[in-house]
Amino acid sequence: MKELIERALNTAAARGSGYADARVVDAAAESLTVKNGQVAAVSHNESRGIGVRALVNGAWGFAGTADLSPTAIDRAAAQAVDIARASASVPGRRADLGPAVAHQGRYRTPIEVDPFAVPLEEKIALLLEADREMRGVEGVKTAKGEMVWQREQKYFGNSEGAYVEQELYETGCDIEATAVGEGEVQNRSYPNSFRHQAGCGYELVQRYDMVGNARRVGEEAVALLTARQCPQDIVTTLILDSSQLALQIHESCGHPIELDRVYGTELDFAGGSFLSLDRLNTLRYGSDLVSIYADATIPGALGSFGYDDEGVPAQRAPIVKDGLLVGYLTSREFAQRLGVPNMGAARASGWNRIPLIRMTNISIEPGNWTLADLIADTDDGIYMETNRSWSIDDQRLNFQFGTQVAYEIKGGKRGDLLKNATYTGITPQFWNSMDAICNRDHYTVWGLPNCGKGVPMQVAHTGHGAAPARFRNVRVGVVK
Amino acid sequence: MSEQGNGLLGREAVKRLLEGALRRSPAEQTEVVLTYNRSALTRFADSYIHQNVAEETPSLTVRAVFGKRVGTASTAILDDEGVARVLEQAATIARLAPENEDFPGLPDPAGEPAQAPYSAATVAASPEARAGAAGLICTLAREAGLRASGSVTTTGQEIAVANSRGVFAYTALSSAAIVAVATGEDGSGYAQEQALDLAALDVEAAARRAVNVGRRAQRPAALPPGEYTVILQPEAVADIAMFLSLLGFGGQAVYEGRSFVAGKRGERVLGENVTIWDDGSDPAGQPLPFDFEGLPRQRLSLIERGVAGDIALDSLYAHKLGLPNNGHALPGAAASVGPIPINVFIAPGQATVEEMIRSTDRGLLVTHFHYTRVVHPLHVIITGMTRDGTFQIEHGEVTGPVKNLRYTQSYLEALRRVEAIGAATRLAGEGIAVRVPALKIGGFAFTGVTE
Repeated sequence: MKELIERALNTAAARGSGYADARVVDAAAESLTVKNGQVAAVSHNESRGIGVRALVNGAWGFAGTADLSPTAIDRAAAQAVDIARASASVPGRRADLGPAVAHQGRYRTPIEVDPFAVPLEEKIALLLEADREMRGVEGVKTAKGEMVWQREQKYFGNSEGAYVEQELYETGCDIEATAVGEGEVQNRSYPNSFRHQAGCGYELVQRYDMVGNARRVGEEAVALLTARQCPQDIVTTLILDSSQLALQIHESCGHPIELDRVYGTELDFAGGSFLSLDRLNTLRYGSDLVSIYADATIPGALGSFGYDDEGVPAQRAPIVKDGLLVGYLTSREFAQRLGVPNMGAARASGWNRIPLIRMTNISIEPGNWTLADLIADTDDGIYMETNRSWSIDDQRLNFQFGTQVAYEIKGGKRGDLLKNATYTGITPQFWNSMDAICNRDHYTVWGLPNCGKGVPMQVAHTGHGAAPARFRNVRVGVVK
Repeated sequence: MSEQGNGLLGREAVKRLLEGALRRSPAEQTEVVLTYNRSALTRFADSYIHQNVAEETPSLTVRAVFGKRVGTASTAILDDEGVARVLEQAATIARLAPENEDFPGLPDPAGEPAQAPYSAATVAASPEARAGAAGLICTLAREAGLRASGSVTTTGQEIAVANSRGVFAYTALSSAAIVAVATGEDGSGYAQEQALDLAALDVEAAARRAVNVGRRAQRPAALPPGEYTVILQPEAVADIAMFLSLLGFGGQAVYEGRSFVAGKRGERVLGENVTIWDDGSDPAGQPLPFDFEGLPRQRLSLIERGVAGDIALDSLYAHKLGLPNNGHALPGAAASVGPIPINVFIAPGQATVEEMIRSTDRGLLVTHFHYTRVVHPLHVIITGMTRDGTFQIEHGEVTGPVKNLRYTQSYLEALRRVEAIGAATRLAGEGIAVRVPALKIGGFAFTGVTE
């Protein structure tokens, strides 16, 4: 692949690019879905192509093609330069990439069990068994289980001398039961909603006992049909499980710290950010217990890699330290624009997309509590678990989340099951109300495989380490 | 594969490719679906172009069938070796898969469907043409003291389906879209337009619309949450139409009892003044005359004067529900949500937005919605934020901008309280194309406000 990349870079240079990079991605992904005792879908997808990015007079152009013939690569490189020249025709800001990047290296996701080597029959049998368990519960209308596994080989080179090769693996799985009653539909899933995915091999599936949890999942879905409605529009103490806290971090911290977004490049789609530049090192983003890091080096996490898509090595960077906002997610261009070191978060969803600033693994530091002690320490409140709905405004301030299940907490004890639970708030007020977080025994690095940003849309895979945490004076229950 | 000179592979070359694949397939029955996207996009922010991209992305998806065993594989590699490998992979998966008792077999042909209208000039639009449109939007915003962001997109696509029972369908598609956002110190305005043909877009009009809204959106006041009469511009109404399609009008949701129209055909489910249909052949939408099983899309009367009617079906859900297939299969990974309408229209009324405002004593004018998500699928309760221009209406006049509000509202309840319907419609939506009017709705539930 190195020859193809060098050819693209040489063509771009000959056509007049000041800087160019080229990325070949060769990806294979397989997925399996089982639904109500049937194998609903089994698929294998392959994608291979090259993307060439060129800078002419500080203006960007990009072209991608699935055709890896020399002629097509020359055409794509020339097209990228032509497009850059058209960009330069509109006056305005020009990109400066800052210090050159010339790393050489290789990286491979550490995996224990190659997911492609596990027989399909074994995977099907496991999901069908979980499916049977869920449907064994009276009232379950739909049982579903799925697995995905993928391998992506990436080759990156730039005109500054960088060349890196990576082989990245991911595996994901989940089961879900849907119960339908009179005027009511309720879902329950495991280990998370929208699939839990990680940067690892088939060991992920072996780690989560989907069969052992299937009956409980079915029973909880049915129990929700007749559960009490979550109290309406009250202000109370809220404890979130680690998976919901992971999504809270993703939406209310991970997105607003994207520096391109802070500079306004997503105003036409994903939105802006309340974390404007004047808030760096001045804003009390959260309470003293809130410390958040962006860390692309966590083994097995979904947002881990060896190098980002500008050839910059994976790093761990502080974002919020003891409650104070101290950092952003950056790429070369935007780090240079702000005048800070680049922490390497430029990621593209495929060969046909440009790298944007994307989350890596954005995680909160755990504390000292056990969950049992945290509930025992809470006189009156609500515990919520597993996301069901999520929405946040275009500046990432006003959010509303719903969860699959909730439990009343009274006198330090978990009480009745509650359905249709939601909570809402304003981001910094919410994080400043956090007064406890559980310890590392309760800590999970969750993987989110459905993070959208950019036009054309790019779906990124991100990781978020979190433990259950408690928040005071939270508004709960806005569904009639 | 070589192109025919206008950037397309063309019907004959595609037919040769797909028929060749069918001949080489080791499966008892085989379906092949080709999509070939050629997309170019110029994106700008802070009044300069920060992203300018082009891509050519093919995808060949094979469904291989042995009895009731089914396997699917896809590839972006269209040379002989790539096609041979994807055929073998699909067959291998099918041999390993257990029998799917629900599988009805691949559909029989129903005649080759018509092709959609297509603009070669749109697909061939140069980066200079897109940069020119972007530059115009930037200039108009700058002249108004605002910063422009947005995008100009031109897309060409070929879609073809063939199966071993004789189905063949092919069309080329084109589309063009602009998004313009004009942002000031503490408010913004938005406009979008899309059409089959770049020449049909009035870039200047859209830019002026965004600038006008953006100029009036500065210094918003905070309004307390509560129930308000709303006038929703078509881009906000588009969100309602898309969620009804996704959650209610699809065969899978009906079969699984998750839909508000399940078991309610012939019953009134929305207000009497609401009529909704799906038409994959209407050039006023984003037409795609056949589905991803190659069958002609039939027009669906989804809601007729508030009464539940047709639902979208593919071969699987037609079989499961014992109804005739009406040609609404989705492609590849999207097929997991089952068949849904993707060419949705809400019938226009008689009113102008200005008349709606004049008839409103106290209410809100909403430009569009942001980050809308399902809170309760059966009741179609959705939460989201207003965005890019929300204005208070008092005594028949727009009196000023307000900060964005969060709503948590059943779209079904909202469509039972429609007080006026716009005469003009706009095309909006991505994935699900919708052509809808502005609506005036009473008692819309706002549950929060942002800072």
